[in-house]
Amino acid sequence: MLSFILRRLVAVTPVALGVSVVCFMLVHLAPGDPLSAVLPVDATQETIDSMRAAYGYDKPLPVQYFIWLWHVLQGDLGTSISSGRPVVSEVGRAVVNSLILASVATLIGFTFGTFFGFVAGYFRDSLLDRLASAVSVFGVSVPHYWLGMVMVIIFSATLGWLPPTGAGPDGSGNWRPDFEHLRYMILPALTMSVIPMGVIARTIRALVGDILSQDFVGALRAKGLSEFGVFKHVVKNAAPTALAIMGLQLGYLLGGSILIETVFAWPGTGFLLNSAIFQRDLPLLQGAILVLAMFFVALNLIVDVVQTALDPRIERG
Amino acid sequence: MAGTTTPVTAGIDPAMGAAGPKPEAFVASVGFWGGVGRKLVRDPVAMTAAAIILIIVAVAILAPWITPMDPYRGSMLKRLKPIGDATYILGSDELGRDMLSRLMMGGRLSLFIGVTPVILAFIIGSGIGILAGYVGGWLNVILMRTIDVFFAFPSVLLAIALSGALGAGVLNSIVSLTCVFVPQIARVAESVTTQIRSRDYVDAAKLSGASTLTILRVQVLGNVLGPIFVYATSLISVSMILASGLSFLGLGVKPPEPEWGLMLNTLRTAIYVNPLVAALPGLAIFIVSISFNLFSDGLRSAMEVKS
Amino acid sequence: MSAAIDIRDRGGPAQPLLTVDKLIKHFPIKKGLGGKKAVVRAVDGVDFEILKGETLGIVGESGCGKSTTAKLIMGLIEHDSGQLLFDGEKIGSRALPMRSFRAQTQMVFQDSYSSLNPRMTVEASIAFGPQVHGVPKRQAIERARSLLARVGLEPTRFAARYPHELSGGQRQRVNIARALALEPRLVVLDEAVSALDKSVEAQVLNLLLDLKQDFNLTYLFISHDLNVVRFICDRVAVMYLGQVVEIGPADTVLASPSHPYTAALLSSMPSLDPDNRTEVAPLAGDPPNPIDPPSGCRFHPRCSLMEPVCPANVPPLDGVGELHRVACLARQPGSGHSLAPAQQVAA
Repeated sequence: MLSFILRRLVAVTPVALGVSVVCFMLVHLAPGDPLSAVLPVDATQETIDSMRAAYGYDKPLPVQYFIWLWHVLQGDLGTSISSGRPVVSEVGRAVVNSLILASVATLIGFTFGTFFGFVAGYFRDSLLDRLASAVSVFGVSVPHYWLGMVMVIIFSATLGWLPPTGAGPDGSGNWRPDFEHLRYMILPALTMSVIPMGVIARTIRALVGDILSQDFVGALRAKGLSEFGVFKHVVKNAAPTALAIMGLQLGYLLGGSILIETVFAWPGTGFLLNSAIFQRDLPLLQGAILVLAMFFVALNLIVDVVQTALDPRIERG
Repeated sequence: MAGTTTPVTAGIDPAMGAAGPKPEAFVASVGFWGGVGRKLVRDPVAMTAAAIILIIVAVAILAPWITPMDPYRGSMLKRLKPIGDATYILGSDELGRDMLSRLMMGGRLSLFIGVTPVILAFIIGSGIGILAGYVGGWLNVILMRTIDVFFAFPSVLLAIALSGALGAGVLNSIVSLTCVFVPQIARVAESVTTQIRSRDYVDAAKLSGASTLTILRVQVLGNVLGPIFVYATSLISVSMILASGLSFLGLGVKPPEPEWGLMLNTLRTAIYVNPLVAALPGLAIFIVSISFNLFSDGLRSAMEVKS
Repeated sequence: MSAAIDIRDRGGPAQPLLTVDKLIKHFPIKKGLGGKKAVVRAVDGVDFEILKGETLGIVGESGCGKSTTAKLIMGLIEHDSGQLLFDGEKIGSRALPMRSFRAQTQMVFQDSYSSLNPRMTVEASIAFGPQVHGVPKRQAIERARSLLARVGLEPTRFAARYPHELSGGQRQRVNIARALALEPRLVVLDEAVSALDKSVEAQVLNLLLDLKQDFNLTYLFISHDLNVVRFICDRVAVMYLGQVVEIGPADTVLASPSHPYTAALLSSMPSLDPDNRTEVAPLAGDPPNPIDPPSGCRFHPRCSLMEPVCPANVPPLDGVGELHRVACLARQPGSGHSLAPAQQVAA
């Protein structure tokens, strides 16, 4: 098992390096000079040159990359242009808020998705199956930012039950686990949970159908095992894949939450990215994307390892 | 093939008639796509979805000539009229412009920025994937490992990162989304091609002395493009949502052009005044997206022919 | 098409059509990260000749390298070392470029479905080869139809069909027609009838015999079914773990085998005739791993005649009768094996 983890780590290293190259290139993809946002409009050529040298932009790209990478590896993602604070601390605060929201959403989505998936897989082609399929098609087809708006329209604007935006009553800031803050989380979390719900329901349905049609289930039934016993077997066989999908969905939500966070003004990474883009705060944009992508890579790795540990059928050799 | 002016039906050359055996006796066979088409026609869900898509596309194309009002001209006095208004059937927006006309007009840009990236990615991704799959070896390793890097980004994040760095605009949004879908299509194309490459009929074609290019064109392409195409159609829905999402964030289409995502954004302020009108553009995105998804599902199950 | 004298016959009737000389193919496999590099010795020094107009059978268990040998001959896989001569010319040399060799040698694969393009009509599949070689489409289609008729498929009914609309036997007939479309001299049949029902198999075998007469063909017939080989082959080569262990006239080899492996193969064959039952023990277990084959005679761990000399010495492929050669120490004079015949005294 240890050698398996090591080998996965070795395999993931080039991917992580590639991700860092893409993030590094983002800044240079941007039209115009990366300095244009910091420089005063009337800057002399001399000022520009000295600034260029100060930021290291006068060196060739590969050299710039390795200098940047060296800083990143030491935990230095640069300084935010708009706030003047280190990017690491800005991103760090936002990631915590995003992670809380995405985790809750994944949990909700997983619970309902698994339920729908199991029901649909067990009762193939029944009315329940059709309903579950409809739910999953809905989940993957609905523009989630619009769903968020609809939620706000129903529960805030019309019914007035829940707050429409923000993470807490004190305006913005950080989410805390108390009743007031919980009310702020309900709408964004529910909206976000629809995405993994559809995917998880679809996968579990296929998985359960597959397992039930396999010979060993027939053998178990023939042996006189109770339906509950069969169910336990199905759960045991479906669990590794289900957990893997849950992990991946968490990663997708964390990276894909920008639209929902914008709708609900949730102070997470999405919100941060949004403001970084519109203030052309490229170091902040770069840092946030690097952190999110690396998080996704790490999550993939963990899922891979956990799935392998749980599933005896996957070769570890 | 060259030089024949007579139409060739079901692979039978009518010119054969004079010399060869009687052509009228030949049993014409339904080809693969014919079979898929027949199955698809019998699928009510897929057909409904296809009809909806066709109607929306037709309306979008004809919009400049059929909109009841000018989608650009507003009136401060007639802002946010409700749905069912005498003049404004679907109400009016925050600048007093007719919603129905703007929705019809908005379909043009929304469909364009949503479908174009998938078409471009289909062309580029298939090229990369088929090349990697057929040539194999080092080229495959290099191409596919590069693709893996892009898979390390959730697609929404990658789209926003690229268009955020490139800046707002229709072209930039199309470029970003194309970059998001190329790796996904290339990966599917690679795995399908690798499968087909190991089929005996490809070996048989090699044995007949055909060049690699001929084998690719005649033997491989027809068998790999189908599955890749089906996969690509399943991406249209995501692409529509993402493209409008970029506009929703202010990264795509710029005002005053009507586009569903952008309209949804500008109407956000109106949710307390006229919530139903505010939600309309999103409903349009949803209907198109779910139609493409259902049609793609139908196409996929229609293509699962053989055991 | 069929001619008494083939102008392509350059070496004369005595020149073997195909000479396979010390053919070797090892497939490298990776054994994990930092693991030792290993090779599968799929084909490990194979020698035989195919004479003009004969049918040579290759038999052996699955994994013995018979299909790999076929693919090496066809150039679908590159061989590591050894030589392939076609009618006396080295394949791929200037005198015989790969392209012109391939026009004279065709192959029929085992899986009749996988060997036909599912998106092409049957006649288009057959016409593809001639078209590649510059035959105009109309003529190529005509040739395809006449070949379909020749293999027993009415062109009016079958020419425009797709592979999934045909039965396994019909598809294999199409594959045979496709192989004949380029007017080859040598046809390699790689388990070509193995996937068919017994009744269909017999029909296809008879068809193959007829075609061989009409088109002046030479067959390399690869199979694991000794009954089929006995029926169709003039000579037979028995392969074990990448090597030929016995080769000779089919009647001799299959009636009185010299190699214990051949004998074991024959005895593992079901027979309804009580007189035909042999005393030899049928084969036990699976063949050893070709990554790390046994030392000396590779068959020794499963051999009923195993003696201490067997793991120590590699038996050469030596003659035991006219045209009959075997690689077994028990048949080799002076090998040290107790059953070995006495050393022949030079006359």
